[in-house]
Amino acid sequence: MESIEESVKIGLEVHTQLTSLKTKLFCNCPSDYRGREPNTLVCPVCLGLPGSLPVLNKKAVKYAIMAALALNCQISEEMIFFRKNYYYPDLPKNFQITQYDRAGGAPLAVNGYLYIEDQGYRKKIRISRVHLEEDPGRLVHVGPIDQSPYTLVDYNRSGVALLEIVTEPDLKSPKEARIFLQKLRNILEHLGIFDGSLEGSMRCDANISLAGGTRVEIKNITSFKEVERALNFEIIRQKGLVEKGITVKRETRHWDEIRRITVSLRTKEEEQDYRYFPEMDLAPILISKSFIEEVKAEMPELPEERIERFMKMYGLPKYDAEVLVSSKSLADFFEECIKLHDKPKEISNWMMSDLLRYLYENNIELYESKITPQKLVDMIRLIEEGVISGKIAKKILPEIIVSGKEPREIVKEKGLIKIMDEDLLNKLADEVFAENQKAVRDALIDDKAIHYLIGQLMRLTKGKADPNIANKIIREKIQKIREKELRKNA
Amino acid sequence: MKAPETMREKWIIKEEVERIAQLAHIELTEEEKEVFTEQFNRILEFFRKIDEVDTRSIPPMYHVLDIVNVYREDEVGETLPKEGVLENAPKKEEQFFKSPKIV
Ligand SMILES: [Zn+2]
Repeated sequence: MESIEESVKIGLEVHTQLTSLKTKLFCNCPSDYRGREPNTLVCPVCLGLPGSLPVLNKKAVKYAIMAALALNCQISEEMIFFRKNYYYPDLPKNFQITQYDRAGGAPLAVNGYLYIEDQGYRKKIRISRVHLEEDPGRLVHVGPIDQSPYTLVDYNRSGVALLEIVTEPDLKSPKEARIFLQKLRNILEHLGIFDGSLEGSMRCDANISLAGGTRVEIKNITSFKEVERALNFEIIRQKGLVEKGITVKRETRHWDEIRRITVSLRTKEEEQDYRYFPEMDLAPILISKSFIEEVKAEMPELPEERIERFMKMYGLPKYDAEVLVSSKSLADFFEECIKLHDKPKEISNWMMSDLLRYLYENNIELYESKITPQKLVDMIRLIEEGVISGKIAKKILPEIIVSGKEPREIVKEKGLIKIMDEDLLNKLADEVFAENQKAVRDALIDDKAIHYLIGQLMRLTKGKADPNIANKIIREKIQKIREKELRKNA
Repeated sequence: MKAPETMREKWIIKEEVERIAQLAHIELTEEEKEVFTEQFNRILEFFRKIDEVDTRSIPPMYHVLDIVNVYREDEVGETLPKEGVLENAPKKEEQFFKSPKIV
């Protein structure tokens, strides 16, 4: 029998804003609402004033087709918008313009798929549909949501174009869900239609079921970092119920990011009935073969093609190319570096090892750090010019990432310039020899002890000694002692 | 639908009117519920008339005008002046609309 963990089935409903659009989905209002004064990017259409008429943004359709093609979907010949009715202050019209797959409605695209990879194995995740809809407004609560005496509403976000992407329940773990979202983000970013670094640009709902239970929906997962957390919590909760012999009931739960738990949102009696019907204010959209061909011709390079190119153009191994192209910002960073300094292998090595490790360990993304291609290249040049050792570079890299300071400045400020002065290193080596007389005797016959002495010299100089010179000086000194001993014995 | 047409005396019963009122976030008095039940049934009776026409061979119509592909370009236009936006709002606070609490 399969274990409870093996029986996990997860489906995702992802909402991504088409952040590259200049205007909203159905009106000319600017869509860059972040950080703007509330209710200043609105018009009669996105405020739902009587008599206003929505008109579809052509570029939004084009972008949505691009996404559908990249997700291997079948694109509908005719697409229709529907009204989804519910009363909530984030919707000024009391309905959301969206698409529907029943009642004769056809979403923009259906039946797609995406392959995800986890530890070397490839898995197909089916995508049931991709469609366009409008984003609701933003609600501001006074204090915690359940204690707020009233709600403030900002409609600047109202009407911003959203792409809804729905998967079949093909994901088997929270980790797979995260990998799927990262892959999706990477594709949408490569298409140039989406920027995942903008706050709230990708949100998702998840449905999850375990053996012996029913499907539970989780709403309000506001970033793809949260998805794994929310699903892990839900598995533990449902498993606990099953083990106690309690049936998991079908319900909608809300992910509370702060308390990191899911809470029951609606009971059956409060279940919504959206009473979908066609949106008569919008004419049907016929998507012709020639329009699709036109979009195809304009499709930018996708991650898979970029991986191939990285291998061919820069001579990178497949694994390295895959890691570098795992996010668009990382791949762009790499190529910016190459433009400044044509040393793909060195740049790839620094990015793959120290830079990525630091970002991973501190759970930050490249765009959240202060390092720039110019700064990484400057650091590599300092090594090539012999100003610092590779060891010192490893030490200063975190500071470049965190503070964004110029590598040359950090080196100067901290006095980290490599010591190449042989006289000075000779004097310091004398000190090392005086303090480690036993090691010096051992070094006459044992190479290990020589390495120990070199290590001591490096330590004394806090890693600043040029390793080659340090090596040379120590060996010369030992050799001199050996010769002296020989002469003495002769 | 809960029962075949011929077996149903009424199209809609009071409980369904209550459900619709709940979805619309409005409160109805007992009298109003009676009135609306009666009126809803009359409206639906009209649709029964329309249903008599055989439309099986006719594709559904989604728009009253014979137009398709009405688009606009992605170009920024005029937004409402800041003072105008909240002019009709029954309640406001600073530059926000104010609504009753939601949970
Ligand atoms: Zn608008």
